[in-house]
Amino acid sequence: MTYLADVAALARKDLRVALRARDTLPAMLLFVLATLVVFHFALPARADDAAAYGLLWVAIVFTVLLGLTRAWVPEHEHGVLDSLVLAPCDRSAIWLGKTLATLAFLLAAQAVALPVFVLLYAPLDGAALAGTVLADLGLCAVGSLLAAMAAAGRARELLLPLLLLPLAIPLVVGGVGAAISPAEERYLLFLVLYDGVFAVLSWASFEYVVTE
Amino acid sequence: MIRARGLEKRYGRKRVLHGLDVELPRDGFLLVTGANGSGKTTLLRVLAGLAAPTRGTLTVEVDRARLGFLTHEPLVYRELTALENLDLFGRLYRVPERRERIGRLLERFGLWEARSERVSSYSRGMAQRLGLCRALLHEPELLLLDEPYAALDEEGARLLDRELEALAGARTLVVATHEPRRLETLATARLALG
Amino acid sequence: MGLGLALALLVAPEDADQGISQRIFYLHVPIALTAYFCFGLGAWKALLYLWRGDERHDLESYVAVHQGTIFGSLTLITGSIWAKASWGVWWTWSSNQLVLFLVLFLFYCAYFMLRFSLEEGARRARSSAVYALFGVVLIPVSFLAIRLAEDFIHPTVFTREGPQMSGTMFAAFCAMWLAVTLLAYVLYRVELVGKRLSTQLRELAEALR
Repeated sequence: MTYLADVAALARKDLRVALRARDTLPAMLLFVLATLVVFHFALPARADDAAAYGLLWVAIVFTVLLGLTRAWVPEHEHGVLDSLVLAPCDRSAIWLGKTLATLAFLLAAQAVALPVFVLLYAPLDGAALAGTVLADLGLCAVGSLLAAMAAAGRARELLLPLLLLPLAIPLVVGGVGAAISPAEERYLLFLVLYDGVFAVLSWASFEYVVTE
Repeated sequence: MIRARGLEKRYGRKRVLHGLDVELPRDGFLLVTGANGSGKTTLLRVLAGLAAPTRGTLTVEVDRARLGFLTHEPLVYRELTALENLDLFGRLYRVPERRERIGRLLERFGLWEARSERVSSYSRGMAQRLGLCRALLHEPELLLLDEPYAALDEEGARLLDRELEALAGARTLVVATHEPRRLETLATARLALG
Repeated sequence: MGLGLALALLVAPEDADQGISQRIFYLHVPIALTAYFCFGLGAWKALLYLWRGDERHDLESYVAVHQGTIFGSLTLITGSIWAKASWGVWWTWSSNQLVLFLVLFLFYCAYFMLRFSLEEGARRARSSAVYALFGVVLIPVSFLAIRLAEDFIHPTVFTREGPQMSGTMFAAFCAMWLAVTLLAYVLYRVELVGKRLSTQLRELAEALR
């Protein structure tokens, strides 16, 4: 199972690098909290709970964008990614390691943000939380691939949102649906479908994105 | 070891390598010279497998596990320490007796004292020396060095000289530099670009 | 080919029924189908490129996606006109097809942003190809998402069915579809030839230098 060992080594590296840079996690956390507060002023008084869930997902998507950019730009800046591409490990392990690390940061940020959301706006039940985790997975999986693509070019911070947002729409539907709809299983199942399809697609095509 | 015919590399409309032929037997030492922008870096990247040639054939008889690559950037993680960096690459390259080998390399290149400090605190020369360690860690059969002296300090350059002298004839080497002075005597083949 | 195109374009509207709403429908649906087809072609060429590494496939994929985006925006425009003619509003979220095209339009516009931000070469071609594949997978997934979203988007009550088609109208519809497909194919080839020509010219200029 050397593949998993590679993924573990790479994920550990990603976590260490991001933690030591000391700005990724605080930035993500602060961003999502600040956005939640801004929403209070953006929502009209008559708005119901459902609107709050929608805005929560907007906040999550933009927080992920922040984390993804910070995860991939350093790899390209000093060309360090080349050293990983040269290694005999499977290139998809690079993607998986990065995805898991980003997911860990996102979940950590949400561990604080979600309780704050419940405090300020509306409750979150088990289905909503499950939906959140599933959608997080999808966002990180697809986002990692796209961020690697975008980081190779110029205007990388601008490009990633453009690439990710259309692909994030189904995830937002799933996440919000799981939170507010009585028929949550449908949305959760849909999220599982999305994750399955797009994670496999990302995993398989990562090789092509980092090699010439 | 390396056989290339009609090697061409184009980036869109810009042609960087024009129909090169390269022939390097095992344990040979190829010295690639040429001014800046003549395609030395591109050639080495193509040989390393980081870029695919647009035209021509290329056969390199080693796989990624037996290939070492160094450019004028050390290609190490600035937030990690020397030990952590080499440990990561040691794992990825499945280096046996990882810790011992890392220790020996760090000592040989004068980085043992700074082993637990982050690379961000290193001087450029030290970081480049660490890059050299990274490239040598898995005892590659083919070593590709792109302008290795460019970022090295005095000490590092001396160490590299010593290393290349030891490796020449025992490993296959390709070194690209625009100052071939030191390596003239060691080279068994030459390629001038541009 | 041009003659057949012109004939088809003329015949179909004559056979088409009364009212702008119906006429536009005959244009809107074939255009939408053609856009889907172009995106599919783009993804297929992308797959071929990744598999074979032949640069020509990259260009073909790009042109196909370009055509798809053009027809996609036409879908949105004709769809908007249809919405105005049928229901009096320029846009409605209750038309799943329209919403899907909006999402796809955003997606494929980002495709061009991606190509613009990367330098010409194998890296750009490969990333574009992977993105084009993602696009074609996104089509059904998005559609499913939009369907699911109906639950909580509270659509206003508009019937979503198109006009019922009798025999002759169906024939006219098919003729229109054929015409639009032919148009797309012609545009595709024209653009492809044009791009290939300019690439060859550049290579020639480069070689002469």
